[in-house]
Amino acid sequence: MSILDRERTVAGPGFNRWLIPPAALAVHLSIGQVYAFSVFKTSLVKHFDRGLTPIAVIFSIAIVMLGLSAAFGGTWMERNGPRKAMVVSALCFSAGLLIGGLGIATTQLWLLYLGYGVIGGIGLGIGYISPVSTLIKWFPDRPGLATGLAIMGFGGGALIASPVSTQLMGHFDAAYDPTAKGATASGSAVASTFFVLGLAYLVLMLFGAAMVRVPPEAPHGAGAAAKAATAGWGGAQVSAASAIRTPQFFMLWVVLFCNVTAGIGILEQAAPMIQDFFRSGSTSAVTAAAAGGFVGLLSIANMTGRFVWSSTSDVVGRRRIYMIYLGVGAVLYVLLATVGGSSTALFVILAAGILTFYGGGFATAPAYLKDLFGTYQVGAIHGRLLTAWSAAGVAGPLIVNRILEANGTPGSLTASAYRPALFVMVGLLVIGFVANLMIRPVHERHFVSTADAAVPATPQPTTGRV
Amino acid sequence: MSTSRQSPGTAGTAIHTNPGLLAASWLVVGVPLVYGIYQTLLKASKLFTG
Repeated sequence: MSILDRERTVAGPGFNRWLIPPAALAVHLSIGQVYAFSVFKTSLVKHFDRGLTPIAVIFSIAIVMLGLSAAFGGTWMERNGPRKAMVVSALCFSAGLLIGGLGIATTQLWLLYLGYGVIGGIGLGIGYISPVSTLIKWFPDRPGLATGLAIMGFGGGALIASPVSTQLMGHFDAAYDPTAKGATASGSAVASTFFVLGLAYLVLMLFGAAMVRVPPEAPHGAGAAAKAATAGWGGAQVSAASAIRTPQFFMLWVVLFCNVTAGIGILEQAAPMIQDFFRSGSTSAVTAAAAGGFVGLLSIANMTGRFVWSSTSDVVGRRRIYMIYLGVGAVLYVLLATVGGSSTALFVILAAGILTFYGGGFATAPAYLKDLFGTYQVGAIHGRLLTAWSAAGVAGPLIVNRILEANGTPGSLTASAYRPALFVMVGLLVIGFVANLMIRPVHERHFVSTADAAVPATPQPTTGRV
Repeated sequence: MSTSRQSPGTAGTAIHTNPGLLAASWLVVGVPLVYGIYQTLLKASKLFTG
């Protein structure tokens, strides 16, 4: 038996469950690096002497592979346990950075596509879902808090990777001044940065894999009580294969798709949007540096919402919290479109509020799945749900860019040019709101038998607090 | 974090997790996260200073 097998990761006596969130965070803080990929864009465009699109494709490939590997790798992950999944994720993500670095060093763009995009993307998907079901099983009383902590890490990962990458490029290329407009680092500096990041993330992710444990199975005789603690609404324990055929899964997919698309609507054009909203003629009251600060503030709001709102959902309930995300989110969007241009402070507050709901929608989804389908194969179901993220990642920018491009170029528009796009987002949020209202407990005919639910895929934590 | 749940001792005796290990684990992930938040707040402050 390998040390990576599920059986070797069962927690021993007295194991403290608060060791699991840092294990999960170690993985999510690492793979969250993908959202800081933009810091390399201008340097890579110059190094490869290509347009922005061939470079931006690297990120798109990684996100598509994230969705695909999460969808198809979820069942494998449930069967093999979180440690093996975390190690596979660490090896893929690290190899992706190293191969990508090699591609930069040898000026072979296809190696970046294959390495960072395909192989690294597989690491992203497996890594994203690997700790989530384990956290829910350790924290059946507070699944929103537990998954909020981990998924907050994915948002936080970019906050770490962005300044670290910039400093590393400056270290390897003394002529690189990141504060200068349009500054680019040399190809060798970017490649060296990829190598360092690849090795550093390998260590951090393997730390997470070493720390993670699954809760022990419930002792015989205690099954009923333990099952009650981790089953979904009405005692639901549903397999991934059955779950994706239920209307509840479809409705939640729509909810996540609408919520993410609406959030991306702002994130995609945040910096030019705030400048355009406060433009008078050819000049804007908001400087480029201030617009960059606005993007940073949105990142903080996104990350904070993941933890705060997801934790709140443990108290107010999952359906209600999504009513807030989608309903209040729609109201904030309407206010942004109509009165957002009246003051910079109001604009920032409204946009930050929307972004907290965007993050909250991501982080609360696993707990909602636990409510609907139980913990039996919640990781695999979560993986399939993340296809909504991939779809939104394509749809969001497409919708916003199409509407804006019909009016000119972002960065030289006015507030009125953004209104149609913002009202489309309102419509999406209303659709998501209705879909959420239609979610009801899963019918018993989808439940797995008691014997199936008791297999090691669902080790049951027992009660007892310290 | 006073409500940590522990796994049961199979033989009826619970061995408590080393608090140092718990603290070290949180530091490993907490320090870089705080650094990232600090750097982002520095960047975000330009929104108010120009």
